[in-house]
Amino acid sequence: MKSEINFTRVFIKGIFLFIIFNLVVALWQPNIGKFSLYNSIFTGRERLPFGENPKQSYNLSLFDLDAMFTSHVIHGTEKTEYEFRVIVIGDSSVWGTLLKPEETLTGQLNEMHLSACGKNVTAYNLGYPTISLTKDVMMLDYTMQYEPDLILWMTTLDAFPIEKQSSPIVEENQKQKTFWEKTFIGDRRAWADLIRLQIYGVMWSATGIDQFYPDNYEKAQTDFEPDESYHNFVKPNLDKNLLALNMLAEGFNIAGEIPLILVNEPMLISSGNNSDIRYNFFYPRWAYDEYRNMMNEISEENNWQYVDLWDILPANEFTNSAIHLTPAGEKILAESLALYIEGSCQ
Amino acid sequence: MTIIQILIIVFFTLLFSFIKRGRDLFLLIASVLIIFWLQPALPIRGFDFWIPTLTLIITIFSWYITTDNTFNRKNIFTLVIIASIILLLNVTRYFSFAQIFTPSRPPQIEITFIIFLIFGLVLFLLRKISASFLTFGLILLLGIFLILKIPAWTLWLSSSLRGFVGQSVETASALDIRWLGFSYVAFRLIHTIRDKQAGRLPSVDLSEYITYVIFFPAFTAGPIDKIERFIKDLRQPFAGLNTEIFFNASQRLIIGLFKKFVIADTLALIALNDTNATQVNSTFWLWILVYAYAFQIYFDFSGYTDIALGIAKFIGINLPENFASPYLKPNLTQFWNNWHMTLTQWFRAYFFNPVTRWLRSWQKPLSMPMMIFLTQVATMVLIGFWHGVTWNFTIWGLWHGLGLFIHNRWSDFTKAKASEWANTSTKQSILNISGIIFTFHFVALGWIFFALSSPVTSWNVILKLFGVD
Repeated sequence: MKSEINFTRVFIKGIFLFIIFNLVVALWQPNIGKFSLYNSIFTGRERLPFGENPKQSYNLSLFDLDAMFTSHVIHGTEKTEYEFRVIVIGDSSVWGTLLKPEETLTGQLNEMHLSACGKNVTAYNLGYPTISLTKDVMMLDYTMQYEPDLILWMTTLDAFPIEKQSSPIVEENQKQKTFWEKTFIGDRRAWADLIRLQIYGVMWSATGIDQFYPDNYEKAQTDFEPDESYHNFVKPNLDKNLLALNMLAEGFNIAGEIPLILVNEPMLISSGNNSDIRYNFFYPRWAYDEYRNMMNEISEENNWQYVDLWDILPANEFTNSAIHLTPAGEKILAESLALYIEGSCQ
Repeated sequence: MTIIQILIIVFFTLLFSFIKRGRDLFLLIASVLIIFWLQPALPIRGFDFWIPTLTLIITIFSWYITTDNTFNRKNIFTLVIIASIILLLNVTRYFSFAQIFTPSRPPQIEITFIIFLIFGLVLFLLRKISASFLTFGLILLLGIFLILKIPAWTLWLSSSLRGFVGQSVETASALDIRWLGFSYVAFRLIHTIRDKQAGRLPSVDLSEYITYVIFFPAFTAGPIDKIERFIKDLRQPFAGLNTEIFFNASQRLIIGLFKKFVIADTLALIALNDTNATQVNSTFWLWILVYAYAFQIYFDFSGYTDIALGIAKFIGINLPENFASPYLKPNLTQFWNNWHMTLTQWFRAYFFNPVTRWLRSWQKPLSMPMMIFLTQVATMVLIGFWHGVTWNFTIWGLWHGLGLFIHNRWSDFTKAKASEWANTSTKQSILNISGIIFTFHFVALGWIFFALSSPVTSWNVILKLFGVD
């Protein structure tokens, strides 16, 4: 018996099912980011997903913190009684722009086979290439579920100004979704990013590459205009009201009993044109000097452990930015921090 | 073609299919406009306008030398329409807002008039058609084909053209000349010329001929239809869309879009290429990349075919199938009978069969195995050349030519034993499944030469796949 297909009914049913699917997604709000093939089929990533040219870096930027962290090796690594877990948060200098995973700060720390409290130190790179204290705190908050024994919070002045606090990743994770944005169609970008992240897991596992390494890049600027301006600040006052200092306190609150070391990260100190006015592309001397004084005072007032490593590296250990280090620079930094890690046993 | 371009084409095709009347004119005008619209921008000044124009001129010449049906009123009307479209597109040079169909600003209109004049003069000089024009047409097409497919020759052409229009010769590149759809256009033209020589070509008017050669759904990626089959559909009265045709065509189109833009484009992220071939650090993942390429190329080609078939169905043209589950075939011969079928049929009709007949006609014919070896290897190497005259495509062609020959001999040798052994359905299934797996892997290994540009890198990949570093 030949069965006739009523195409109109097929079409209407298809549309109906699609609408139902969208409504179910909107009402149920499945935590899709928790779904990950990393740490099972694919090797966990050694740093958080970030990539501006995915086809070359086999990596991409997305906003879903669940998806980002579940792709990280820390998510798939059960903490043993022999592990002293060090989590390093911060900006692109921690993430490791232009560096292979093993060349980054955490890579160098792990290579040193340190021990603390009679346990083996394992450092995890949870830096993300956005300079913002709010972003750092957001990451720190998420990170706490991975039971760190020590947190290293690498920062620099440019993460402090209030105007620098909002970044796409912060905004996306703070905003309230409308009903439309909760549907499958409305949230399609997140679904697509999640799928692409899983697909790039093949290339990450196959190559160990997670960023594009250009043959040549422009070195960090060392000659400057005689410009003393810094954001909206007026020399010589680095107005605390325009800095997100509350985020530091929030970070220490989140860390609670877990030791947190706040580190003023190394930066390039230029000796080029007008270097008597500016240290580097980011900072005029007056603002940065004021910042260092302020940080010393605040950390003393609050009894925070603060380490100032701003000038430990010569200018030739920086790559394309005043805060991006060479592998040798990272090694020197790791050696400087090793003392604090080994001495941080509670 | 991008998904946006495809959706725009679908929209206007559907719009027309509801109007119903004047299908031949719609197909002609749409096809002519679309070859300008799809042509990518080229760095040589004005050349992205001249390439589609040249496609039309070559097509008209081919029709002229193959037809018995010269310039009657209908054909002159077609010529006027095409000339008007070219001139109208050319006139948009003076109105930037109207440059929708050309990738860059069209050249000066005086040059177009001069070209039309030369074109008319040549047609006048060729008014007494002789058989030698057909051979000349074939040689001309093959010549253009070789220039476009041999990178060194393409570079020479690019340098010459750059010099001619007063642009820097130093920056010339073989990529300067991307003649969209020429491979398919050339195959269709050669088919009509060879059929004319064999006395098989049906009588077609200019409008039908041009529509056949540059039919917009199949212009960029095939399939390569036969003119006698195509005009049969074209000459059928078009009754417009009914629900069944609409849903069948839509289904085909959606499947094609899904294959191309979801599966193939996703697999492209992890498919083997020149960059990742040297980056992969394990044999297991290298196999995954090779598999990804094998499936990507299948879903890409067959997806485009589905899209072409779907769009053509909306307007009552049933293009031939091009892929029939080729990776599920138990031997290489069957694979090639089901992979890019219209291409292999073309080569069978216009190369393999004539060469075989010629070899058989020798006074002292070659042995059968030698004849099979020569024809199969030569055919597959030519198919390789169709993709580009490079060492890698040559090796890819040799790989398949030798594979087909070995399968032919093996099959002759083992046929009786295999059927004797496979006397139960289980054994038949075992034979079939192992054949499918073996054939797929043979084809997948062949794709390595297709995907990469260097024989050395390709060989290194093969060594690594088998654990030899």
